[in-house]
Amino acid sequence: MNLTLHVWRQAAADAPGKMVRYEARDISPDMSFLEMLDVVNERLTERDDTPIAFDHDCREGICGICSLMINGVAHGPMRGTATCQLHMRSFKDSDTIYIEPWRAGAFPIVRDLVVDRSALDRIIQAGGFITAPTGGAQDANNILVPKESVDTAMDAAACIGCGACVAACPNASASLFTAAKITHLGMLPQGQAERYRRALGMVEQMELENFGSCTLHGECQEACPKEISIDTITRMNRDFLRANLLGTLP
Amino acid sequence: MGRLRKFYGSMVGKKVVMGVTGLIGIGFVILHSLGNLLVFRGPEAINSYSHFLKSTGELLWTLRVVLFLAVILHVVAAIQLTRQSRAARPIGYTKREAQVATIASRTMRWGGALLLVFIVVHILHFTTGNIRPAGVFSREDVYANVVTSFRIWWVTLFYVVAMVALGLHLFHGAWSSVRSIGVSPPSPQPLHRRLSLVIAVFVWAAFTAVPVAVFSGIVR
Repeated sequence: MNLTLHVWRQAAADAPGKMVRYEARDISPDMSFLEMLDVVNERLTERDDTPIAFDHDCREGICGICSLMINGVAHGPMRGTATCQLHMRSFKDSDTIYIEPWRAGAFPIVRDLVVDRSALDRIIQAGGFITAPTGGAQDANNILVPKESVDTAMDAAACIGCGACVAACPNASASLFTAAKITHLGMLPQGQAERYRRALGMVEQMELENFGSCTLHGECQEACPKEISIDTITRMNRDFLRANLLGTLP
Repeated sequence: MGRLRKFYGSMVGKKVVMGVTGLIGIGFVILHSLGNLLVFRGPEAINSYSHFLKSTGELLWTLRVVLFLAVILHVVAAIQLTRQSRAARPIGYTKREAQVATIASRTMRWGGALLLVFIVVHILHFTTGNIRPAGVFSREDVYANVVTSFRIWWVTLFYVVAMVALGLHLFHGAWSSVRSIGVSPPSPQPLHRRLSLVIAVFVWAAFTAVPVAVFSGIVR
């Protein structure tokens, strides 16, 4: 298949950028989206052009490093998948594809389609963990957890930190990312001791990073490759409100 | 005081304030729309209801103060949050396709601004009588105020348009307010909003019915 690409090119963080048109010829529908970009880059290199910089690592949908706004949709048209698991069979011959980086003030562009997502790491550092003694692992099933809590915690823990929620959000809010971690740890017994300090700390950091506020459009849930529910945002707000009303002790 | 300032200083705190003040507004418009339907039972019904409300004295003024503060807080928080959200994406996308955002969710800000203008005009029109499109105003005969005003096409049009904005605002707001304050239970389909659809359609229909009925001559 032959495609027309419009790709955001930006040589460096402080350099001006623009959309550049490329013709991608003889692309196999069996290629993944990133493999298609590999082919385009190989041809660019052959004619001494600078290849398009884009983030990629595991290419099996679990590392969370691939990004890309594809035709205005975070991670492209396939629901519940990261860009690396999107295949060219999702497109038609002679399609035009717009490829842009995640856009948010908190995600500065490093180069072309690569953005710096360390803001998300700093939100995790502000409380997205449990303080547990290390040493020998406990016996399995020493701490009993109800099935419903495990399910909710696991669904939230599926977050791979890709930032698609921020990219898709009309407000560039990191609420779904932050709420997913608050829900993951808040549903489990091990997370209780720091539950309310966590809510305060992570919400505060989220705002220090200049992410926007949540207006519940629901776009984040739709964009999330792990289909994390906006119910987690309700839980984050509840923990935050409770921490303010009753203090941070569990 | 420091704690309260810190709470309001956060975006989630502001969202909680917007949710609570929004719910106060929802309670008010439901009662208001029910009261309006008394127009269909004739002049005595709506005029005596209006007289009853005014006779409650301090209670009425307490409610008015609560509603006034709710509107102010709701609007101020909305403006602050909108600014923060705009600043959060300095460079936009060349191409962006909304997936599940509704017309209602996308018109919360401009629809809300229209509603603020409407609220001011509406109070000057029917409560204080400063705006008299038909040239007459009576503190006792509420029914006459309604009937004379809504015979004028642009008055009816303004109210009908504003009520579309209100219906949309309620469809998103009735659902999102309880989520913002963290009280809605988990749902397998979080984007389904049946209750808020019922509230929005009811309030919209009840409020729109009066001006349309007067303008079309059903209520004289």
